[in-house]
Amino acid sequence: MMNIWLYARNLIIGLWIVFKRTFTKPVTVQYPEERPYLPPRWRGRIVLTRDPDGEERCVACYLCAAACPVDCIALQATEDPMAQDRRYPEFFRINFSRCIYCGMCEEACPTNAIQLIPDFEQSEYARRNLVYEKEDLLISGTGKYPGYNFYRVAGVKTRDKDKGQGENELPPVDVRSLMP
Amino acid sequence: MTDWSHTALTIGVILGGALTLAGLLIWVERRLLGIWQERLGPNRLGPGGCLQSLADMIKIFTKEDWIPPFADKPVFVIAPAIVVITALMSFAVIPIAPSFVVSDLNLGVMFFLAMSSLAAYSVIIGGWASNSKFAFLGSLRAIAQLLSYEVFMGLSLMGAVLLAGSFNLSDIVDAQRHQWFVVPQFFGFLGFFMAGLAEAHRTPFDMPEAEAELVAGYQSEYSGMKFGMFFVGEYLSILLLSAMTVILFFGGWHGPWLPPVVWFVLKMSGFIVLIILIRATWPRFRFDQLLSFGWKVVMPLALINLLVTGGVVLWKAG
Repeated sequence: MMNIWLYARNLIIGLWIVFKRTFTKPVTVQYPEERPYLPPRWRGRIVLTRDPDGEERCVACYLCAAACPVDCIALQATEDPMAQDRRYPEFFRINFSRCIYCGMCEEACPTNAIQLIPDFEQSEYARRNLVYEKEDLLISGTGKYPGYNFYRVAGVKTRDKDKGQGENELPPVDVRSLMP
Repeated sequence: MTDWSHTALTIGVILGGALTLAGLLIWVERRLLGIWQERLGPNRLGPGGCLQSLADMIKIFTKEDWIPPFADKPVFVIAPAIVVITALMSFAVIPIAPSFVVSDLNLGVMFFLAMSSLAAYSVIIGGWASNSKFAFLGSLRAIAQLLSYEVFMGLSLMGAVLLAGSFNLSDIVDAQRHQWFVVPQFFGFLGFFMAGLAEAHRTPFDMPEAEAELVAGYQSEYSGMKFGMFFVGEYLSILLLSAMTVILFFGGWHGPWLPPVVWFVLKMSGFIVLIILIRATWPRFRFDQLLSFGWKVVMPLALINLLVTGGVVLWKAG
């Protein structure tokens, strides 16, 4: 008999607690009119960025495709006949119907070319429209790393600098001269 | 009431009003549930979203109206109609204001009880004709539940009938001019309200359609507007339950200052909100708990209540 009173009391208390919610503010964000705040490091749509000189950052090293856990990145490397020793992707294709937005490609990328940006509005009516080609992915800006140019800091010879002429790079040392 | 056009007008107003309110109630329920779960609920179509049911209706009409090949077709089709028809028939005896009633039956209470018992058939044959496990389990539960609830629903409102000395609903309301029957008949009110919740298949007594266990219970196989009929029928029975509770225990249209119809609607809305609040809060009982609670607690309580009320009425009569 005590139990019945306990149950009845608790049921009434429950009703009161729920009723008090009438006066709380709803947590709903009314999306199309009201945009949620997306932090700058939010992982959304994937873009290919350019370096400050306006050239493609991607060197077609395949590391992003290798890191991708769902194999949604496909690319083909080729060499630019005009620019010596410089590789770039002949095609670069991301299948966003597979992509899980994990950001592994961004972490793997040695040249900061591939980046995830705070944009999630990628809905399409047809599934094939979710396959983005290189011209869809490539943007004209530098993305999250404004001043970064891989070839300026990489210790390799490129068409406009020799070995040792890069930024923060010492001239090459003849290792035989370092003998004690 | 003798005037033919008056009756026709009343029928039109009550029929149209009940169906419109039932549609509106679907939106009200979704909106209130949203508010109590700190959401917004449907708020897109019309002011505050109140035309949501209209959009739902258009959607449900354009859906494929599929009858499963293993179902018993004629019975399958009739079942959803029964629930709406019986619920609407019950509204015939509901007095909303003095002489604002379709049919002022002398046995109004009995008519209401009979109609609500008939509504049980819709659930039972709907579940049976679906010829599916979940629907059948749902209708089995409905049968067991309604058998137990029908008994003390009648018993618990007999107290009010005894006090008023009449089965006529208008007389019962008139007898509450000075004191609402909820005061002397508190246990009768509790029992009736509980039985009404079970009758309307509402939480915490919605075992027949327990969506967590039985898909949708007796309406699992229904689609399109047939499902819509069950849905509307459920909301009609909520309206009916709150109207009957107001009439039997809360003084019907009586109240100071405001016109009778306004008082009736206000009290009714209070109960509708309470029913939705109960749905938002309470968990579903286990089925055996519900049956033993019904037979072992509420039933004896209703009987004792009836006995004491009868004794007091006799003692007062001298």
